[in-house]
Amino acid sequence: MIDVKNLSKSFGDNLVLNDISEHIYPGDKVVIIGPSGSGKSTFLRCLNLMEYPSSGTITFDGVETTDPKVNIDEVRRKMGMVFQHFNLFPNMTIKKNITLAPVRTKLMTQAEADEKAMQLLRRVGLEEKADAYPSQLSGGQKQRIAIVRALAMNPKVILFDEPTSALDPEMVGEVLAVMKELAEEGMTMVVVTHEMGFAREVGNRVLFMDEGKIVEQGTPAEVFGNPKHPRLQDFLSKVL
Amino acid sequence: MEQYLQWKELLRAGEDLPFWQEFYVKFYQAFIEADRWKQYLEGVGSTLMVTALALVIGVILGVLVAIVRTAHDQQRPGRHNPILGVFNGICQVYVTIIRGTPMLVQLLIMGFVIFSTSREYTAIGILTLGINSGAYVAEIIRGGLMSLDPGQMEAGRSLGLNYIDTMRFIVIPQAFKAILPSLGNEFITLLKDTALIYTIGGEELVYAAKAISTRTYEQMFPLVGSALIYLALVLIFTWLQGLLERRLRQSDRR
Repeated sequence: MIDVKNLSKSFGDNLVLNDISEHIYPGDKVVIIGPSGSGKSTFLRCLNLMEYPSSGTITFDGVETTDPKVNIDEVRRKMGMVFQHFNLFPNMTIKKNITLAPVRTKLMTQAEADEKAMQLLRRVGLEEKADAYPSQLSGGQKQRIAIVRALAMNPKVILFDEPTSALDPEMVGEVLAVMKELAEEGMTMVVVTHEMGFAREVGNRVLFMDEGKIVEQGTPAEVFGNPKHPRLQDFLSKVL
Repeated sequence: MEQYLQWKELLRAGEDLPFWQEFYVKFYQAFIEADRWKQYLEGVGSTLMVTALALVIGVILGVLVAIVRTAHDQQRPGRHNPILGVFNGICQVYVTIIRGTPMLVQLLIMGFVIFSTSREYTAIGILTLGINSGAYVAEIIRGGLMSLDPGQMEAGRSLGLNYIDTMRFIVIPQAFKAILPSLGNEFITLLKDTALIYTIGGEELVYAAKAISTRTYEQMFPLVGSALIYLALVLIFTWLQGLLERRLRQSDRR
């Protein structure tokens, strides 16, 4: 579904991603782990071109998204993204946050989008917040809304960029529960996270990144049960 | 009135009058005689009109320049629009020249060089002030757009909204609130700077004060008087600005 070939990205002289090739299949739940500065977030952000690769190509759904002629907005409509800091729009109600993009991109009429928003809000148990503003919500609630906002576009894949890192510990669970539910429904997901429990339970593949490369990958059982690379062993000994 | 004329004569004859009598005569002469207060009032009217018109020009120019410059800076790498590049260059030159030269010199050049044959001094003054203000407003708006959390732009774009929609629905409404105090300050600066158009013959409050002082041969009362009027205007607008900001802040805590 997403094919990454020889992807490199540097910020100035700093090489953040070093010649990565990887494929993400439909229904995959790929969890990316690694020490900070290893390039995991940059890799994820390259997938929907929040960052432009310095070299290499990315093909999504048969479209080479790194081609400058491609309309990147159309690509992104099929690729949801959930951010570490939620990035809800504080100047709009929750419902408007969710319906703005589907309506403006002419994916749905306002009525259809409203209905879809309410249906999704019910699913995450936040329908009574439809007319509230983001500032009235807790972190966990904001992140659940952010997931709903991404879902409202009916994306084929959702990218999660450390979705629980900015949350108070007692709110991590409610967000992970929503993500787990999504995974069970078969959504294709790429998740950068520090939640090893989630990686183990939900991921079907775990990628370990270090210094801009995918150093080791495999099923959670392989990666957590039998790490081979010394950097991974070192990393796991520190986080587990 | 009788008393005034009598004292005025004495004063003119070189008589030494007690301070309060002299004060009374000069005050009366500067503000009341021949209904001169009406001239100040007209002066205030034209000052406010000049300010308002210059502000309109300034905001229109400023918004245009800010949009061009921000859009240019936020282009996708490898997809630079050459036309936008040219406009961006023009905008940069404009902002640099306006912010890098004194307003008084700009006024003199506009009044005595570029429009040396025109007699519409006030209009030239408005135009110059507007062009000048535009450069500052542009930087205020650009600062506001840039200061917003980049995550807001990213979130909009990640949902597949295009650049213009993201700006229109997400970035600009939030930036507007952030720049309102600076815009208010720009307005107050502009209000005071209108006094400068007197130098090219533009009609506003200082023009009125100077016209009176040339008739009465007395400088202090008209000038101090106009200074107090400016001060009063600025205080009123500062107060209004505070009211507006407080209202906007309230809506934050909805």
